[in-house]
Amino acid sequence: MTSTLNITINGAPHEIALDDPRATLLDVLRERLGLTGTKKGCDRGQCGACTVLIDGRRMNACLALALSHDWAEVTTIEGLAEGDTLHPVQQAFIAHDGFQCGYCTPGQIMSAVGLIAEGEAGLDPERVREGMSGNICRCAAYAGITDAVLEATRASGTRTEDERTDA
Amino acid sequence: MNRFDYARADSIGAAIAAAGTPGGSFLAGGTNLLDLMKIGAATPERLIDISRLPLDRIEDTDGGLRIGAMVRNADIARHPEVLARYPALAEALLSGASAQLRNAATTGGNVMQATRCSYFQDPLSPCNRREPGSGCGALGGRTRNHAVLGWDEGCIAVHPSDMCVALAAYDAVVEITGPEGSRDVPMATFHPLPDAAGAGTPALAEGEIVTHIRLPDPGGMARNARYLKLRERTSFAFALVSAAAALEIRDGVIVSARLALGGVAARPWRCHEAEAMLVGMVPTRGSFTVAAAEALTGATPSGDNAHKIELARRIAVRALDLAAAGTPDRLPALPASAFAGEDNG
Repeated sequence: MTSTLNITINGAPHEIALDDPRATLLDVLRERLGLTGTKKGCDRGQCGACTVLIDGRRMNACLALALSHDWAEVTTIEGLAEGDTLHPVQQAFIAHDGFQCGYCTPGQIMSAVGLIAEGEAGLDPERVREGMSGNICRCAAYAGITDAVLEATRASGTRTEDERTDA
Repeated sequence: MNRFDYARADSIGAAIAAAGTPGGSFLAGGTNLLDLMKIGAATPERLIDISRLPLDRIEDTDGGLRIGAMVRNADIARHPEVLARYPALAEALLSGASAQLRNAATTGGNVMQATRCSYFQDPLSPCNRREPGSGCGALGGRTRNHAVLGWDEGCIAVHPSDMCVALAAYDAVVEITGPEGSRDVPMATFHPLPDAAGAGTPALAEGEIVTHIRLPDPGGMARNARYLKLRERTSFAFALVSAAAALEIRDGVIVSARLALGGVAARPWRCHEAEAMLVGMVPTRGSFTVAAAEALTGATPSGDNAHKIELARRIAVRALDLAAAGTPDRLPALPASAFAGEDNG
């Protein structure tokens, strides 16, 4: 039986006919919409390469059944930049060498965007590392990733937990 | 993954009706079920999507809280009343899985996640839990993560939830609704213990659904509660052993104590005898050592895992120590870590 999935990806609404309910959001992004920035790593929620924002929250697209997210608003790595202007998190990853081979990078960046929006890690490197622990980097660019997330947090102007405590 | 039919339930009644026939499985966040389906350890014929049921609120009740089964794990951990009154629950939740998984996983799904070990997750190994009567592949195998309490030869796997360990310590109750009406079961006895034949009687009858978790008023224990977890890496790993501890201390004497262990059994392991011993004692390392020894009295290795008994004893002492010192205003950067340094006092 064919089902219809209504889903907004990076601001654009899509109506997608699915003849197999087994499709995950990751499958739909890559196979149906050609949005291959979101990577399939482990496909089991362990590596974080498929991280996207679903209704503003970072999640693993590989464990999100597409039909279960009917009418959701999804942001992928392709939706971050505005024209030729990179998103501050993307810029920070370049500035701090937050990658080597790049395969995990889209997931790292989407996870960092989610982390900064959550606003709980602030400028504490330990909290950033803990908050990013759902994203594995096989090249071990962790030091650069942490620095990039810290700089992007600073650039975002979000008041950190420490500043709130001081206030 | 096997093919399945998918349907979304619009009401609790519709979900119960849809689950009343064999082959159906509830889908909420999907973080455990889809994973098990991908590796062939779960093969439901029908998925009943309950993720949009109106069970997504945390309500105040008589000094306690009532958490809907569809509230996401991250939202419980962030809830101001949880942080103020049940900090060990927040700490337990934040020590589990990853931020992405906590954003998707639900309360009900966390409770209902499979008690599992690597043999359960390998469809080529025998497993009484996956295929009743096929035997246990873990017995005599690699057992460093397996049970040391409440196990039987039918199954030696542990329930991996951190959340449930804290809930058990807080005397939480699981609210269940089904074709025969509603019933309440304490969190500490919700998950069945195995028997010689296998996993034991399932926690839910066919058609039943977990709707809420009810937490009673923590009273004087609100700010003396901690969760501590030992694992093979500092983040994003299941517990080797863990402990939730809460104390009410008046005039330098323990008047009420709670202790539950994780990673040791097929259910969160509530230690009533140890708690009773602590009442009337002064909150010192000596008292906690005596109580922790009591908590592990019945423990026996299910294989090459005797080390877990000593680890559990020590983590219990440490969790009680930290609970006595008081819950910090802000949770440590590494939630529930024994290596959190100054954050842990």
